[in-house]
Amino acid sequence: MHAAAPTHVPRPGFLARRRRSYLLFVAPALVVVGAVIIFPWAFTVWMSAFDWKIGSVAHFVGFDNYTQLATNKRFLESILHTFYFTLLAVIFPLILGTIAALIFHREFPLRGMLRSIFTMPMMATPVAVALVWTMMFHPQQGVLNYLLSLVGLPPSLWVYSPTWVIPSLVLVEIWHWTPLIMLIVLGGLAALPTEPYESARLDGASEWQLFRYITLPLLAPFLIVAAVIRTIDALKAFDTIYVISQGGPGTASETINLYLYLQAFAFYNVGNASAVVVVFFVIILALALLLLHVREKAKWT
Amino acid sequence: MDVAAGRAVPAPGAARARWRRKLRKIGFGLSVLVIVSPAILVFLWMLSLSLKNEIDNLAYPPVFIPSQLTLRNFVQVFAENSMGLYFWNSIVVSGLATLVALAIGVPAGYGIARTQAHKLTVLILIARMTPALSYLIPLFTVFQLLGLNNTRTALVITHLVITVPIIVYVMAGHFETLPRELEEAALIDGGSVWTTFRYVALPLARPGIVVATILAFIFSWNNFVFGAVLAGRATRTLPAAVYNVLTFEQLAWGPLAAAAIVVTLPVLLLTIVIQKEIVVGLTHGGIKG
Repeated sequence: MHAAAPTHVPRPGFLARRRRSYLLFVAPALVVVGAVIIFPWAFTVWMSAFDWKIGSVAHFVGFDNYTQLATNKRFLESILHTFYFTLLAVIFPLILGTIAALIFHREFPLRGMLRSIFTMPMMATPVAVALVWTMMFHPQQGVLNYLLSLVGLPPSLWVYSPTWVIPSLVLVEIWHWTPLIMLIVLGGLAALPTEPYESARLDGASEWQLFRYITLPLLAPFLIVAAVIRTIDALKAFDTIYVISQGGPGTASETINLYLYLQAFAFYNVGNASAVVVVFFVIILALALLLLHVREKAKWT
Repeated sequence: MDVAAGRAVPAPGAARARWRRKLRKIGFGLSVLVIVSPAILVFLWMLSLSLKNEIDNLAYPPVFIPSQLTLRNFVQVFAENSMGLYFWNSIVVSGLATLVALAIGVPAGYGIARTQAHKLTVLILIARMTPALSYLIPLFTVFQLLGLNNTRTALVITHLVITVPIIVYVMAGHFETLPRELEEAALIDGGSVWTTFRYVALPLARPGIVVATILAFIFSWNNFVFGAVLAGRATRTLPAAVYNVLTFEQLAWGPLAAAAIVVTLPVLLLTIVIQKEIVVGLTHGGIKG
């Protein structure tokens, strides 16, 4: 509050009392958040110490679920699949999203409409989109192999090949989420100062040099935010993978999330699945913190 | 500058520069085309599949423009696969989850903005980082105990996981941008905190509420896994139904593509309505569900 008008100085306790009544505004939300977000969390951590299948009696096993996971080959492989998927699903949208933002930052006819079209995939229902991609990936009748044949490339098995299934799924992810990166970077571009460009141009810098030595460093904070958001979302990716490949062929595209789903809702192994959740969350948190740490460092150089 | 000089004395150098400018313009146009076309082509292909008969859909090389336009695919998913019921389920679940979240989330956003209780938004950030599946295991177990599995109630409660954080986050940010002078005046004139909120802040926050509502509704509508796990045969939401009921074994591509359009069209229409505001809401928080 401004101290400008001395007649309005609040009585002692006025603010404190107000603060209390504002907290009443927050209370219902806190109750709901407690019930649907915090309670599940506590329950999950608690259940991870039990050997429990739905419908049977739970046995306390301490850290056994975790030690079993540490030697579970299928789970460890799912971590590798997740990292591989995430790496590709962060790098490509970041590069393409930045290029798209540089394009949409310039003035050209129909820009608003084209930008709306470009951002449409981001809001589309993932399951619906995944169905269409499944048809496009079809090795015999799929339109993607037809497109490959048009440019003289041999047909691919796409999601039916253990080698190509993850890159193919990443293709869907790129299509789906590059727009979000574009929007974040576009926001960054709009906030850039113009002075450094003017003086650099006077010094005869090329377009590439302008981008490399001025735009890119100034955009870095936005790129990192985009990378953090993308990393969290790519680690959590579920719908499209589940609908398109179900983690297959075999377990070639089984990510942590897919493994978790099977443990929990196909085998009803609640204790084991809870331990997976805890490990999964630690991985997400660690990667997010790592990227934020990079940002802090980038600020000082 | 160059243009004026070129017009006065048409030197060969000026002509080359004009050419180069033209080429650069064409190159830029092409890059716009390359970057936009995947986005639109997938949707057009979905539309094309839904409007073609089976012969066209299975033809190789693929047929893009239907040889015979047909709405039979849409009729089939509605008539034979109770698409109408799933549509209604989705509206009820996402609608109620959004309404409940508005009732508790708008005041909460106000409280957070006015007390600067930013620690509460950290909670929301953590909620965003947690995989949706991890909420499902405990909630599924509890619903099992309460006999709520396979009901719409269970789905509405679970969808609060999506809608409440979005609304609290967007509203807290929105209330912070509102001028506080009017509220201060109302308080000093003896208004209670509640009446100040109800009659001063709330009317001003209307645009923010619209954005928060639409975003919450969209992300709730798009959610697949809650419905897939918790819903029963008759209570499935659209995305879950599209996956569980309308399978590739059972249905041809045409009806499946038609179903995909029915699922995603409402969301795309909503997106177009508040295009600009959605961009602001999304990029400020990156609050996708």
